[in-house]
Amino acid sequence: MTTPSDGAAAAPTGQRETFSSRRLFILSAIGSAVGLGNIWRFPYIAYENGGGAFLIPYLAALLTAGIPLLFLDYAIGHKFRGSAPLAYRRLHRAAEPLGWWQVLVCFVIAVYYAVIIAWAVMYTGFSVTNAWGADASGFFTGQFLQVSDTVGVGFNYVPGVVWPLLAVWVVSVVIMVAGVNKGIARANSIFFPLLLVMFVILVVQSLFLPGAVDGLNAFFTPDWAALADPGVWAAAYGHIFFSLSVAFGIMVTYSSYLKRRTDLTGSGMVVAFSNSGFEILAGIGVFAALGFMAFTAGTSVSEVAVSGIGLAFIAFPTIVSAAPFGSLIGVLFFGSLVFAGMTSLISILEVIIAAVQDKTGWGRVPATLAVSIPTAVVSLVLFPTATGLYVLDVSDAFVNVFGILAGALVTVIMIAWVLRRLPMLSRHLNLVSSVKMGRTWIALVAVLAPIVLGYILVNEVIAKASSPYEGYPLDFLAVFGWGMSGLLLVLGILMAFIPWGARSKLNDPEYEAHAAALEKEAGR
Amino acid sequence: MSGIAIALMIVAMLTVWGGLVLAILNLARHPEDEGHLPEEQAPEL
Repeated sequence: MTTPSDGAAAAPTGQRETFSSRRLFILSAIGSAVGLGNIWRFPYIAYENGGGAFLIPYLAALLTAGIPLLFLDYAIGHKFRGSAPLAYRRLHRAAEPLGWWQVLVCFVIAVYYAVIIAWAVMYTGFSVTNAWGADASGFFTGQFLQVSDTVGVGFNYVPGVVWPLLAVWVVSVVIMVAGVNKGIARANSIFFPLLLVMFVILVVQSLFLPGAVDGLNAFFTPDWAALADPGVWAAAYGHIFFSLSVAFGIMVTYSSYLKRRTDLTGSGMVVAFSNSGFEILAGIGVFAALGFMAFTAGTSVSEVAVSGIGLAFIAFPTIVSAAPFGSLIGVLFFGSLVFAGMTSLISILEVIIAAVQDKTGWGRVPATLAVSIPTAVVSLVLFPTATGLYVLDVSDAFVNVFGILAGALVTVIMIAWVLRRLPMLSRHLNLVSSVKMGRTWIALVAVLAPIVLGYILVNEVIAKASSPYEGYPLDFLAVFGWGMSGLLLVLGILMAFIPWGARSKLNDPEYEAHAAALEKEAGR
Repeated sequence: MSGIAIALMIVAMLTVWGGLVLAILNLARHPEDEGHLPEEQAPEL
């Protein structure tokens, strides 16, 4: 929080930006959490793992792991008021590499995430012209992406992806240059309501399609036996964990822009339940549409249910072609993907920009350009090519496990067991918040979270190590899978050895004042 | 839709959307105290 006195002492450009209201923070945090995964991942995960019965592990995961880990991020970001590397550094010198690791993970995610948004932009237009004709699958990998038969890295560029991707990056840079309030908060306050309205219309329209009820029936019919399967519980915890975008710097960064006296847990509850609320909505909309798809194809819902890229770019185009007012469904669906993706991409980029700002002491504009231009170049060089789909697939699969999941496990163990900072963070949360986080919170973060994250991680490592992912060539996996994952960790550690300069935010009078004020409040 | 599927749909909506309503109500009961913040902070600096 800036005050009249320290505002006069520091140059205006040197002050840390803050969200001008709690509402804007909540909106931006929801925008970040609600992403592609809510729309294309949750419905299938729920369907595959017990249908209606999945609600039980899902709610358990939300309450016992998702929300507690979200509050851990909030406490660190808000108490130590910094980007991930700076906040962890202030927590303890030895924790700084965790922050840089998270920054690098965000870089990898940003470069491929933007590509999917670019595809969705094109598909919004294709929905009007019905560009895929009768063969959505052949169109996607053939005419549109021109996917090469050989897996590897090539530089045969596909103009139909290059241009929309460039546009996505230009829009992102414009938003990020404008800063926390005029850029991030404003973009979220436009994109998120738009996303919600479009998506609600889409869901309502899907419910009126013939066969929609069969889709819902398939989605909600419980398979109680699934509850005895540990894999189903792991799926619930894994999904909640990825869905809330915890433990890779985003929520640490956003909460560092909050004013000192902010109800952290009260705001976080709204964010977490909004994210899940959107997922339930997506499950209803997606399965109503899949019910229609099965109805037209004369098969069962289980035959057509898919997730991810297959759902968005193959199943939905098929639905768009067959449904009454199909073009409208397409525009609403792909438009929703664009807006949900953009608000998440913004938050991912902010993790990197904030870190560079804190480390260099640069202003908003130079830091944004220094981050987003190289990121955009890497994205534009590697992905809008005939082999881009392979690089995207493998980067996504590996960074999720060896970046986000492994990073979260190490972070939780380090903070809870090595540095033993949870009691301090619990006190910080309770200083201003309406929902108190005491011993139960500490137990969930220190004991349950590492067990669950460890279990999921071990299973994933076994799966990835036992057979080549997707049958891709080993040298390709060695570079873009294992090599990339290892490099992130090594670079993260190395970056923590680069000294913080005199102009960096490590010695920031504004932070000293913030810390002193917090101490005074705690003593009261 | 089968009875059990309808029941679970309603339970899912009630718990998750109901949770959201409760979270919003809780937050509304604890408004931001922006107004007195600068006065409170100024003396100690």
